Amino acid sequence: MTRKASQTALPDRAQALDLLRGMIRIRRFEEKCAELYSAMKIRGFLHLCIGEEAIPVGVMPTLTNDDAIVATYREHGHALARGMAMGAVMAEMYGKVDGCSRGRGGSMHLFDAATRFYGGNAIVGGGLPLAVGLALAEKMQGRTNVAVCIFGEGAVAEGEFHESMNLAALWKLPVLFLCENNLYAMGTALQISESNTDIHDKAAGYGMTSEAVDAMDVLAVEAAARRATEAIRAGKGPYFLELRTYRFRPHSMFDPELYRNKEEVDAWKRRGPIVTFSQRLREAGLLDDAALAAVEAEVEREVDAAVAFAEASAWEPVGDLTRDVYTEEVAA
Amino acid sequence: MTAQSANGGTITLTYREAVRAALREALESDPRVFLMGEDVGRYGGCYAVSTGLLAEFGPERIRDTPLSESSFVGAGIGAALGGMRPVVEIMTVNFSLLAIDQIVNNAATIRHMSGGQFSIPLVIRMATGGGKQLAAQHSHSLEGWYAHIPGIRVVTPATLEDARGMLASALACPDPVLMFENALLYNEKGEIPADAGAVDIDRALIRRPGRDVSLITYGGSLGKTLAAADSLAGQGIEAEVVDLRTLRPLDDATILASVRRTRRAVIVDEGWRSVGIAAEVMARIMEQAFYDLDAPVARVCSEEVPIPYAKHLEEAALPQSDKIIRAVEHLMGNHG
Repeated sequence: MTRKASQTALPDRAQALDLLRGMIRIRRFEEKCAELYSAMKIRGFLHLCIGEEAIPVGVMPTLTNDDAIVATYREHGHALARGMAMGAVMAEMYGKVDGCSRGRGGSMHLFDAATRFYGGNAIVGGGLPLAVGLALAEKMQGRTNVAVCIFGEGAVAEGEFHESMNLAALWKLPVLFLCENNLYAMGTALQISESNTDIHDKAAGYGMTSEAVDAMDVLAVEAAARRATEAIRAGKGPYFLELRTYRFRPHSMFDPELYRNKEEVDAWKRRGPIVTFSQRLREAGLLDDAALAAVEAEVEREVDAAVAFAEASAWEPVGDLTRDVYTEEVAA
Repeated sequence: MTAQSANGGTITLTYREAVRAALREALESDPRVFLMGEDVGRYGGCYAVSTGLLAEFGPERIRDTPLSESSFVGAGIGAALGGMRPVVEIMTVNFSLLAIDQIVNNAATIRHMSGGQFSIPLVIRMATGGGKQLAAQHSHSLEGWYAHIPGIRVVTPATLEDARGMLASALACPDPVLMFENALLYNEKGEIPADAGAVDIDRALIRRPGRDVSLITYGGSLGKTLAAADSLAGQGIEAEVVDLRTLRPLDDATILASVRRTRRAVIVDEGWRSVGIAAEVMARIMEQAFYDLDAPVARVCSEEVPIPYAKHLEEAALPQSDKIIRAVEHLMGNHG
């Protein structure tokens, strides 16, 4: 079932502004990243989630600090919404020693033990078995934590997706599968890569509860994630959300976007999660120009501070190159 | 099936039983340990290593998996991240190729890629090697491929003591350890001390001392190499046999000390000749002991062919004692 925005009641003003701030925070952070990429401060691959911010901001409030998360290479939003320090994330983009992965991972591999964030995984489908295993560990140790597995709809074509769906359902493991369906696997549209484009049907085929969600609506995402995590914590096994979204930016910084037209992108932008939620808050009298300006100013200060932190951070000495390959250094 | 013939402080058992005893001890001593893989439970293990463990420890800890190597190996990695100490069994190294993404892209990288925040205390056991007429999709020796990868450890128990003792050390290690059990060894029988326990997993060992040539080998080739050394002794050639035991990290010190004593070396490796473990060991000897050598370093490896089914062809493809003997004779004849 796909729920419409109007079906989800607005929360109180403070909560509503938190959600809006969360999305704007990711948007401005990533816009700064794009700028820093052009300035050659950030290198490698850079995959922005601009347009998809309702997903991390809607999901993360439904998790506890002890839940585990496995994400993909398009994970800046999830890392920030999870509570990782923006400075440490930005320093990782720079490749600095104060980065959340000591500069070993970069944009695609943000890790944080404190928030149980087990990385952006840059092998499409590669994170699903990890999440299944994390959930197995929770179950075997008698805990009620959820392993959250975030992946794109492109992963659905991989064998690891199907193996992992089966194993999670077979063993009734506490996995929340979050499929971010932004309709394109790099440049390959869903309808030319899948025989059945209703992805949540595939999960249902494995016997797990699944929903399709309008993921341009942060409230719909939050409500669905809450239903899902409550069911999982109640011991009902894995739960699958197909989060229908759209990325406004190219796949990465190297993508000329030959595979989709501007009209389509513009139509989705009009449905953007920030613009529609802001409008709804204004109509409900929960947001005005002054309040929005205050949010923007606060976010700008945080982004500026993150950039300053990254700029000031040191480069790890090359002498430390081979540390953290093994637990103790071994002459290999 | 367990070895019970206690005999003056020793017990007689097979390699298979030694691995099983190690598994049982690990399961008894640490509630975080569990075994997972295809047919490890109800079937008893494709090589019967885990026979009986399901009845002892139950289906939560002796976990039959679907035929989905990538997901259950990845689940082992995830479970290790989540605080467990999984032992994952893959039927053979050939099947591990279905999980190589998880092993190479996750198990080997996450510690480094996370800046040292996460460890993967996981053991993956698998059968390797030829000699059972199982043809080209069940007989290969790909442990050398894995030994190429920083971030994992590769061990190759060749003796009953190592089959009994390497698992405990591998489980105590915070890094992922791949354990290769040569399928021809499972029925090998012998005596070990009744109280045999953990052994190190980072040192090579001299299995037979000698002064004339170092025969450097591991895994399923150790027995053939020792047999060759016995035969050579009849000709007055005293070969020293070095068991690498661990392919990553390689124990350069033991290898080089032996070669410096004997001044000659032959590497015996069931992997293919090109770009393999033998080549790596030779390179290290050349780099570090070139001026101590009296002869070029030689190697006996598998022929460059997918392992064939027919017995005579398979035997011809694999390293055998007579090939090792000829390689040594050639070395001594030309340069002795």
